[in-house]
Amino acid sequence: MNDADILAPFIRYLGLYAALWKNSVAREMGFKSNFLLWIVVELLWFGLQLTFMTVIYSHTERIGTWTKWEVVLLVGAAHFIQQIFTALFLVNCTQLSEHIRTGKLDFMLLLPINTRFLVSLRQVDLGGFINAASAVGVMIYAARELHLTPSAAQVAGFVALCAVSLLIHYSLMFLLAAFSFWTVKAQGIVWGYYSLFNIARMPDAAFHGPFKAVFTFVVPIILVANVPVKLLTNKLESPWEIALLLTMALACFAASELFWRQSLRRYTSASS
Amino acid sequence: MEKYRHIIGIGIQNTLVYRVNFFARALFGLIPLTATILLWQTIYRDRVGDVAGYTLRQMISYYLIVTIVDAFTAVAEDDWQIAADIREGNISQFLIKPIDYLAYRFCLYTAGRLIYTAVALVPISIFIFCLRDYFVLPKDATALAAFALSVAMAGLLQFLISYTMALLSFWVLEVATFIFILFAFEYLAAGHLFPLDILPPAVMQALHYTPFPYLLYFPVSIYLGQITGAALWQGLAVQAGWVLAGYALARFIWNRGVKKYAAFGG
Repeated sequence: MNDADILAPFIRYLGLYAALWKNSVAREMGFKSNFLLWIVVELLWFGLQLTFMTVIYSHTERIGTWTKWEVVLLVGAAHFIQQIFTALFLVNCTQLSEHIRTGKLDFMLLLPINTRFLVSLRQVDLGGFINAASAVGVMIYAARELHLTPSAAQVAGFVALCAVSLLIHYSLMFLLAAFSFWTVKAQGIVWGYYSLFNIARMPDAAFHGPFKAVFTFVVPIILVANVPVKLLTNKLESPWEIALLLTMALACFAASELFWRQSLRRYTSASS
Repeated sequence: MEKYRHIIGIGIQNTLVYRVNFFARALFGLIPLTATILLWQTIYRDRVGDVAGYTLRQMISYYLIVTIVDAFTAVAEDDWQIAADIREGNISQFLIKPIDYLAYRFCLYTAGRLIYTAVALVPISIFIFCLRDYFVLPKDATALAAFALSVAMAGLLQFLISYTMALLSFWVLEVATFIFILFAFEYLAAGHLFPLDILPPAVMQALHYTPFPYLLYFPVSIYLGQITGAALWQGLAVQAGWVLAGYALARFIWNRGVKKYAAFGG
């Protein structure tokens, strides 16, 4: 087997993904005003989260060890990761229940490509990238308020950890979405996702006891934004925190893949 | 009256289908609630004295009561359904039947809230029981009665606002974004995020000229005993005023909308 053979599937899937992107862009441009309004909605919610923290910090100096601008950086990072997730995966995950309910999944199963790939990456939500940019703006502002001068390695590490966190977002949401194989009425899924990831933007020092343990070692949402930001602000207590994030991301992905396969085995189309 | 009682019955049966969904929703809602409570606990641990007049107990109670009032009053699917009814032409049948659409939707909203509250009561009560040391009880029967009255009016107001918002479907194709924008405003201005009096006084003053505080913050303040005496009755009167204004606006928008409405297809 030569090199070209090994690379061939990657190139094939890259080409497929490019086609899916082209499709999505064309679709989005069909509803321009709606596209802009959704960006306004997301900006408002982002502003709301920042307001929450700002108002809290008008009454306190710190939450645990976290100062105001560190938390702003955290809220920015949490929003950044969430928006990239929204751009690449969210719609696809929420549509899974529709595909199951209407039997559209049949066609996807028949296509000669990996079904999970197609289900997860079918559509791209371009607004997510614009909202992610607003989050980057807030992060840069907060970093300047903190007089942070991160090294290139720190920034690279931050971006890499954000990508790992993205995997956690995706795996957990995919897990939630796969529950649609069991209950057909699954409109609550998006709501569940937002409730869960609500806590991602809160500083880990605010939590303790069983709550912290569950959302660190079982559903690692507290780690998602906290670990990357702690790397950037030199707040990491030990390198093990990074190792934990990596391990949990892999565990979440493995769990979602296992559950997905189990679920598919259960799938018996919607109609004949 | 008989027919509307019938509609509530049908509404109850229809929403019962969603009971598992409701239960999951109430359960998932406890996660951010716990997080917020832990956050405040951490803040109080590291400081002396209270925050803007709230002791830790009152602060935690605030969020717990918000959860209860929210269960009683929040709109779930109502606005989406109204928008869909208009978009898909289902309201045609109400224009020729002797049923008032607003009353019809209100019956369904009531039915939905009854079922949601009944289902959500279980996890919320258990949660409050676990936090009973932090849970403040109303001072006297007057406070409790005024609280109940205020929650009922908050429900009416919430329904009328969402109803009117959904009626925008007569003019625009996609109202979802508008509903979410309003929801975001409500989240802050009604007091979901935090008690409004921890905001800077000027902002708090400005908010009191809007109907939003009367959706949530006002009833919760009554419960916590922060509004008493003349201010209480005055507040209830203002709340009633907003309900009437909301009703008038809903009727007005409906009449304008129906004039513009054209049913397509059969």
